[in-house]
Amino acid sequence: MVNIKINGQKIQVPKTYTVLEAAKSANIDIPTLCYLKEINEIGACRICVVEVKGARSLQAACVYPVSEGLEIKTNTPSVREARKVTLELILSNHDRKCLTCIRNRNCELQKLAEDLNIQDIRFEGETYKLPLDDFSPSVVRDPNKCVLCRRCVGVCKNIQTVSVIDAQERGFDTIVASAFNKPLSEVPCTMCGQCIIACPVGALREKDDTDRVWEALADEEKHVVVQTAPAVRVALGEEFGMPIGTRVTGKMVAALRKMGFAKVFDTDTAADLTILEEGTELLNRIKEGGTLPLITSCSPGWIKFCEHNYPEFLDHLSSCKSPHQMFGAIIKSYYAEKEGIDPSKIYVVSIMPCTAKKFESQREELAATGTPDVDAVVTTRELARMIKEAGIEFTALADEAFDNPFGDATGAGVIFGATGGVMEAALRTVAEILAGKSIDSIEYGAVRGLGGIKEATIELPGKTIRAAVAHGLGNARKLLDRVKAGEAQYDFIEVMGCPGGCVTGGGQPIQPAKVRMDIDLRAERAKAIYDEDRSLPVRKSHENPFIKKLYEEYLGEPCGHKSHELLHTHYKARENY
Amino acid sequence: MGEQNCTFVGTKEQEQKLLEVIEKHKDTKGALIPVLHEAQEIYGYLPLEVQKIVSEGLDVSLTEIYGVITFYTQFSLNPKGKYKIGVCLGTACYVKGAGPIIDKVKEKLGINVDECSEDGLFSLEATRCIGACGLAPVMTINDDVYGKLETEDVEGILEKYMK
Repeated sequence: MVNIKINGQKIQVPKTYTVLEAAKSANIDIPTLCYLKEINEIGACRICVVEVKGARSLQAACVYPVSEGLEIKTNTPSVREARKVTLELILSNHDRKCLTCIRNRNCELQKLAEDLNIQDIRFEGETYKLPLDDFSPSVVRDPNKCVLCRRCVGVCKNIQTVSVIDAQERGFDTIVASAFNKPLSEVPCTMCGQCIIACPVGALREKDDTDRVWEALADEEKHVVVQTAPAVRVALGEEFGMPIGTRVTGKMVAALRKMGFAKVFDTDTAADLTILEEGTELLNRIKEGGTLPLITSCSPGWIKFCEHNYPEFLDHLSSCKSPHQMFGAIIKSYYAEKEGIDPSKIYVVSIMPCTAKKFESQREELAATGTPDVDAVVTTRELARMIKEAGIEFTALADEAFDNPFGDATGAGVIFGATGGVMEAALRTVAEILAGKSIDSIEYGAVRGLGGIKEATIELPGKTIRAAVAHGLGNARKLLDRVKAGEAQYDFIEVMGCPGGCVTGGGQPIQPAKVRMDIDLRAERAKAIYDEDRSLPVRKSHENPFIKKLYEEYLGEPCGHKSHELLHTHYKARENY
Repeated sequence: MGEQNCTFVGTKEQEQKLLEVIEKHKDTKGALIPVLHEAQEIYGYLPLEVQKIVSEGLDVSLTEIYGVITFYTQFSLNPKGKYKIGVCLGTACYVKGAGPIIDKVKEKLGINVDECSEDGLFSLEATRCIGACGLAPVMTINDDVYGKLETEDVEGILEKYMK
């Protein structure tokens, strides 16, 4: 610990703290813009400047380390003036179309202008008029709104190790872009959308598909069904001012029904189906000496990353489609037959915490019945906008239940939303298949939590499973490099493209840097996921009564002929540049 | 800096040389800039194909390499012509009308700054002060210096090199 003085107040703080963290611990607010905890700590924007006794000039609090006897002032005329001038200069060439901006009222720049009491911008300078990059099915870049904070660069380069955007050119011409200014659709972008949730402003956003969904809903010829991923229900409430980690499953279902969907289904049911298929695939590969480790395939950002960077691992990927794609195929085949609906009239909408799912749904091979398995993917944020647009008072809604036959999912399906969840769900089922009987202990703590790479050796009846779980593509890279070098041997690996898994996916509600400094969104939302798991009567995928019926009536057996037709897919190596 | 505008032709020898350069610097910290310097010496410029070799060899993303190349003016994405035209945009030349001079060159050759004409004859650069302020505005073509220019001089000068 060291003793420092902030605004005359004596405090003790750990010696690893920055001035920003020290001030926070004393409830002194220092404004920031480029700072994003653990993702971008580079002191670039100069908004967080403070006076340091003895220093020649103002210092950036986000990178200035504390030391014994340090004296800081955060609220002096020179500090206030420097921050204001800096912000006015940033605003002077910012495309200030706040009213129609996707981030209106959830913009850190807008908030900063308010907090710093900016009432006039004294500098009218040149402004950019650069073209939008909206060629990607998932992510849209608007360089005219970019404030060059580099938070997106930090997450793309350092956390995800994808590195498809960086600062190009220099001076006034500086722009965050891809090499040769190529659109994101032509570089090895994984479409994970982590850049979007890192962006303080409206320079990065999801490709909006809400109009397509409204159009389908208005079309009387179409039977429009919706499915919602597990992670959506633990985050959607944030868009309506509810605390982080609030479960809004029932309200979400009620809202979707009010919006006019013919059926509101739960993707968790398809997650249960995935477990049956993937668990069987794992056991088959072990039995028949197939390619191991088997690696999960639920995360489309991860899949694209693997196709670009680790083509030698494509045979390791589970051939299972991701749950919502499986679901689309089942809805357009089994459900269509059962209900007597022409599959070409069915329109499947997936509500996902993920921007890469938009890309995934457009993959040509994911069209088991001749039309795409899933017709439109909208993110949690887009769903919130649609609910508002529809004039639904979300917080006042009474809880409603999902529609059957695809409504009653298990706890195993729910935990897909957090890192380690697919692994745990699979273990719950594989253990019982191997034992041939019911097993009471079903929680696998070793694969839960926020460690970047989690390893566990799990003794199952007659078989020891060596498992590893990675979340975030940088961790996935590390893990695969280890496997490649022969430094580690596993039977089963779970990879989720986003740090934290789907709960903090690129399509989830955006929380500002200030909130993320105090609260780990990954932990809070995951807690809600595990609470939901415990609240459900059935917590093992193979005990889902609907899934049993589906195999009896339609599919036959897991990994059987019909399953392969509808539920499995293949991958291809992709060029990088 | 503009887009790459000529088809890349590289030889096996050039590639071999570049790989040796990469091998030499690979394990030093901050190897990227020295490698790019030597790569530019080998090829004359740094097109996508060359950047890809550097990216793979040094395990640095193409995005970052492109960022470094576009940051420093001495790196070029485009080949240089047989005749390298430099129009000085230093303060004195600029005040004396270097702007219209460079516009005239662009118009006459149909290229932008940092580009090369399709026949490979001319490339155009906007230079910093070359220390000939007394002659402002100044244009250089390889080692020839033309001073106290008027826009109407440009055409005649360029034509001398087209023969």
